[in-house]
Amino acid sequence: MLHTVNKSPFSHNALESCLRFINEGDVVLLTEDGVLAAMAETSKSSMVKGVLANHKVYALQADLKARSVDALIEGVEVIDYDGWVKLLEEHQTHAWL
Amino acid sequence: MADKKVMITVRKAPHGSIYVHEAIEVMFIVASYGMNLSVVFMDDGVMALKQGQDTKELGIKGFMASIGALVDFEVENVYVDKQSMLDRNLSEDDLVVIGEDEDTEEPIKPSVIDADDIKRMMAEQDSLISF
Repeated sequence: MLHTVNKSPFSHNALESCLRFINEGDVVLLTEDGVLAAMAETSKSSMVKGVLANHKVYALQADLKARSVDALIEGVEVIDYDGWVKLLEEHQTHAWL
Repeated sequence: MADKKVMITVRKAPHGSIYVHEAIEVMFIVASYGMNLSVVFMDDGVMALKQGQDTKELGIKGFMASIGALVDFEVENVYVDKQSMLDRNLSEDDLVVIGEDEDTEEPIKPSVIDADDIKRMMAEQDSLISF
């Protein structure tokens, strides 16, 4: 399963909920305001680091650039739209809106 | 198409946005195609299943009538996340009736299940539609 999270972890529980329902082998893609979760050394970083211990975490480049998010938590993989399409080929998606 | 497993998840509170209303519309559509549908209410979505919603003063019809007819329209597998209910101090008694048993006429309520059950079900789906 590909879990997409498009809400900021600082104002929504979308990412937290996602983590409550994530299965082994699932991956997470941060998009839109969701990419704020990828920022290094924030009050939410430890949550993301916890996910990274067991799952791949991707962040969408266009959304990172648009928000000038450049210092990322180590291990978060930046992908572009083509990369997203590749993930779609491999997984069903659940969007945590 | 009948063998396709589809899950609809609802995580939004009722009436503040159009999400829950739309989700119910989609439930009826998916069920009308005879697909193998499961519906899960989680996070604020569980509030959509609380008894006694009265939207008269909001000037909107609400969707209690639709919820009460879910089983009639073959939306039978309706689940609620236990933790989301606990977080909001809801018990099973607070939940609405979604239909009645054809034979016994016993009222049917959504099934309260935990995150592990939901995770397992999610992994089995051909398609997921989230609200």
